Amino acid sequence: MLEQIEKIRAEATGAISGASSTAALEELRVKYLGRKAELTQILRGIAQLPPEERGPVGGSANKARKELEALIAAGAERAGAAELEARLVADRVDVTMPGAPPRPVGHQHLITRTTRLIEDIMVGLGYEVAEGPEIEHDYYNFTALNHPVGHPARQLQDTFYIQSHPDVLLRTHTSPMQIRAMETQAPPIFIVIPGKVYRRDSDATHSPMFHQMEGLAIAEGLTLADLQGTLLAMSRALFGDTREVRLRPHYFPFTEPSVEVDVSCFQCEGTGVLADGSRCNLCKGQGWIEILGAGMVDPNVLGFVAENGYDAERVQGFAFGLGIERVAMLRHSVPDLRRFFDNDVRMLEQFA
Amino acid sequence: MRVPYTWLREYCDPGMPIEELADRLVMTGTEVERIDVVGPPAPDNFVIGKVTEAVQHPDADRLRVCTVDVGENDPRTIVCGAPNVGAGQTVAVALPGARMPGGEKLRKAKLRGVASEGMILAADEIEVGDDHDGIMVLDDALAAGTPLAEIVPLAEPVLEIEVTPNRSDCFGVHGVAREVHAVTGAPLGADPWTDDAPATAPGNAADFAKVTVEVPDLCPRFTARVFRDVKIGPSPLWLRERLAAAGQRPISNVVDITNYVMLLTAQPLHAYDLDKVPGGELIVRTARAGEKMTTLDDVERELDTDTVLVCDRDRPSGIAGLMGGQVSEVSDATTNLLLESANWNGPNILQTSRRLSLRSEASSRFEKQLHPDLTMRAQAVASKLLVELCGATMVPGTIDVAAPAPEPRILRLRGARVTGILGMEIPQADQVASLERLGFGVRVDGSDLEVTVPADRYYDVTREIDLIEEVGRLHGFDRHLPTTLPSVGAGKVGRLNRTQRLRRRAEDELRDLGFDQIVGWSFNNRGEAGRLRIEEPDPRANPVLVANPLSDEGAAMRTTLLGSLLDVAARNLARGAEAVALFEAGAVYLRGAPPAEGGPLAGDFPGDTPAPVTEPHRYGALAVGPLVPRSWRGGGHPVDFFALKGVLEALAATLGCPSLDFEPTSEPFLHPGRSAAVSLGGAPLGWLGEVHPLVCRTWDIAAAAGFEIDAAPLLAAATLGEEAFEDVTTFPAALRDLAVVVPAATSAATVRAATLAGGGELLRAADVFDLYEGPQLGEGQKSLALALEFRAVDRTLTDEEVDAARASIEAELTKIGGTLRA
Repeated sequence: MLEQIEKIRAEATGAISGASSTAALEELRVKYLGRKAELTQILRGIAQLPPEERGPVGGSANKARKELEALIAAGAERAGAAELEARLVADRVDVTMPGAPPRPVGHQHLITRTTRLIEDIMVGLGYEVAEGPEIEHDYYNFTALNHPVGHPARQLQDTFYIQSHPDVLLRTHTSPMQIRAMETQAPPIFIVIPGKVYRRDSDATHSPMFHQMEGLAIAEGLTLADLQGTLLAMSRALFGDTREVRLRPHYFPFTEPSVEVDVSCFQCEGTGVLADGSRCNLCKGQGWIEILGAGMVDPNVLGFVAENGYDAERVQGFAFGLGIERVAMLRHSVPDLRRFFDNDVRMLEQFA
Repeated sequence: MRVPYTWLREYCDPGMPIEELADRLVMTGTEVERIDVVGPPAPDNFVIGKVTEAVQHPDADRLRVCTVDVGENDPRTIVCGAPNVGAGQTVAVALPGARMPGGEKLRKAKLRGVASEGMILAADEIEVGDDHDGIMVLDDALAAGTPLAEIVPLAEPVLEIEVTPNRSDCFGVHGVAREVHAVTGAPLGADPWTDDAPATAPGNAADFAKVTVEVPDLCPRFTARVFRDVKIGPSPLWLRERLAAAGQRPISNVVDITNYVMLLTAQPLHAYDLDKVPGGELIVRTARAGEKMTTLDDVERELDTDTVLVCDRDRPSGIAGLMGGQVSEVSDATTNLLLESANWNGPNILQTSRRLSLRSEASSRFEKQLHPDLTMRAQAVASKLLVELCGATMVPGTIDVAAPAPEPRILRLRGARVTGILGMEIPQADQVASLERLGFGVRVDGSDLEVTVPADRYYDVTREIDLIEEVGRLHGFDRHLPTTLPSVGAGKVGRLNRTQRLRRRAEDELRDLGFDQIVGWSFNNRGEAGRLRIEEPDPRANPVLVANPLSDEGAAMRTTLLGSLLDVAARNLARGAEAVALFEAGAVYLRGAPPAEGGPLAGDFPGDTPAPVTEPHRYGALAVGPLVPRSWRGGGHPVDFFALKGVLEALAATLGCPSLDFEPTSEPFLHPGRSAAVSLGGAPLGWLGEVHPLVCRTWDIAAAAGFEIDAAPLLAAATLGEEAFEDVTTFPAALRDLAVVVPAATSAATVRAATLAGGGELLRAADVFDLYEGPQLGEGQKSLALALEFRAVDRTLTDEEVDAARASIEAELTKIGGTLRA
């Protein structure tokens, strides 16, 4: 009996090591370890053996069975890996076919991008962000901003009015929020106000709807020099670290002194001349580009919110108003203001 | 304001090139828009000539062959087509080689066979007016050959200045000259009104004219002078040149003088033919209701009771400060003249000008409120010119009806305040010098100044801060202003608030979900509601209207974002786009006060009055065509209700909102079977759906789906940024799938609600993942498959617990007519 087991083992070992496919190995498994296999029969018949043979035969048969099982498993793994490899090699794709498109990502509008950029710069300088209504009362848009009724300054901004509400208009600037903010927050106040504004004007450089970013800073001892420093910091963040700014005196009803602010041209580095000797087209040879209006908040404006702590003898500060489209046009070479509202996807998709 | 350089230099010669002057003006607050050149580009080859002979051209009826002495040895032959040319005239001649205003060079030419060696000039040919009816006939005292430039400036540079509304003084050449004096330090000549004309006519002005002012508050001063023996005719060349260079058309001497004096002093004047003023009587009053008059521009205008008129005894003669009338207009026959120099109430002039849509050179000055003293300055300058240039004799006396003059304005300028506002120190001597050059009276008082404001600046400079601006701008911001950052702001923390951060995230999410952001017009065509099939009484059919739109396209404030999205989609599709996915984050404008708490930041109007308009911020999305482009692997499915629903749910999920609720709805612009009202925790958010085919057709779009939701309730429900940790690892979840057959009309939401009710608190999620409808289920039945997740926070659930929950779910589903599938 023991020789027989040894014979089966030897024969099976030889067969298994000669088998090269998982199918052949399965056949050998059935043949040597299956229900009808000789070794299985021996194991089943152990109970009928005389007691003294049961131990040696059983041990020997079990050992052989385990050895064969291990051999088959090892062989199957080996053969399986080879077969898998062969299948994978056969499963070849045309790697030059186009990739499956993911759902495409959309695009942020340039106005949003520019608005956020300026907001982030000003947040870095310690400002908070506020928003306000676009349909405004004359009081906030004009009167409290030192444009008395009958004052010619009201004509600087040709205004859309709301039908059957003679005192209600589409705000012509984001400045009304200066008053709204000061009515609700005592000084010191450092805020910027982005938003849509409206003027009755339409051509390549004027749109009846556009966006502004208002800035307002009121505290003790703020000066025009502080305004210059603030605008320099903002201009450098927007247009490059080597920019300079200059303030030109101007007139706005709600600031005094008032200034228009130029930034040195970033295309010609303020020289007005390009590398090839031609006149810089961006600044028209001036070396400076006008970017915004600003000034020290007029004491009359503070007078409208005096009861909330804005005593013009105690606190003072500055305000500025920046055209968001203007910044976007300069930064991204957009030639025409109206393009922003045309929303041509071929333009939208140029800006991630 | 156009300021001819030679005219300016008569009062203040800055002694520097005009470009350099322009730079200094710009940097001190006078905006020079450009430097224009009027007339020929160079003065060479323009001379005085004497026509010695003028004979008919042999071959041309309209031409004459002239012999012209131009101061050379031999006279020149010049062919001239002007009807008024004749022997004996002194004329202006352009010789070959002269450059004409267009830049072209004049050459010898043959005209119908006769050689012509030059051109006899009409006024428009050297841009001293637009007269081309005939050649200019000049003063015979001029010698032949005299360079024309000695008589009249050629190649006149003109400063084009944009005058800000506060600087009424710079609407006069003399005011600009004073500014140049202040900016450059160059000497300023004597005021042109220092000398007056001699009054040589007999009698007194009061004998010829009488002025009554019924409305002294609207007419603070009315002065009038009377002139006799006036001879109307063309103005001398120098005057015409100045007017033309300043942008005024020369007309005749009297009118030209009134315009000239206005351009010089900023005080408008008006001349009347005294003989056409019955009894010489003028009355200043407001118009009667419905009163009409015809102004000089030949327009009949209806007036209202705020309009101030200058009337004669019988009828209105002119609208005060705006425009005269035809009745008493100066004509060629005028010999007796009444010259008005009046002061009007600025706001009233502005209001009248706006209401009549009538602006004139005069009104644009008066509306800025001039000082009454300016009237007599203008009278003095004009009187001298009328005597010198029109042969007039002045009647002694000035009719002067004046309300009490404004009090002198004396302001205190604190030295410390100058530094405190500007952040730069200006030496007191510099402050004094600047103010004095500008015409202010200054008295030093320690470190402060006591400053008297001159008449030209009376309504502009009213406070200390205005003086600070004056001394600051002349000191030079560009040269001296330090660059500092606020020190008091330090310690203040800038940040976006939570709503602002959430808004950014929401916009980013829509972008990342494949949508291009647009910025649509806030206003649109009044008919948009109709195109969206929105009808009364739907409030969206009744938009807020713009009273004065630029065109019909901007007449109504939008009540939905959908119109903007459809407009943009249609435009892009028309341009060849195959598919578009668009979103907008912006306001719509609805009638009625905002429902939320008030206050100025919420948009309340003054006095805490709620605004008549609400401006909810919204998210709108619209897609046409596939969201995922077609490829060889599939995709390319046109968007539908569920595609957009997935986007909206993803947006809400990103913000950490609880799941949205969807109920069938009917919106006029949506597919009635594929539209839903969206809400969140009971609060309405907006709509979602496929756009109605009829609406699509109106916009010429095949099919589209979209949504529009209010940002406020969505962001209010957001938990993004405020999430708390939840332990999902210690006690694992048990996952089960469940299939239930229900009547086809039972909504998925109903099934899900029943499942959640049955599952109790152990059931953490129940998501519908499959829908099956087929014959083996029977007519009118459908099967929904749900993935269930059971989990407890304090223990691992046993099979018995999960089975019990499942049984409870089954019981709930049975109540709604459902049966579990095996």
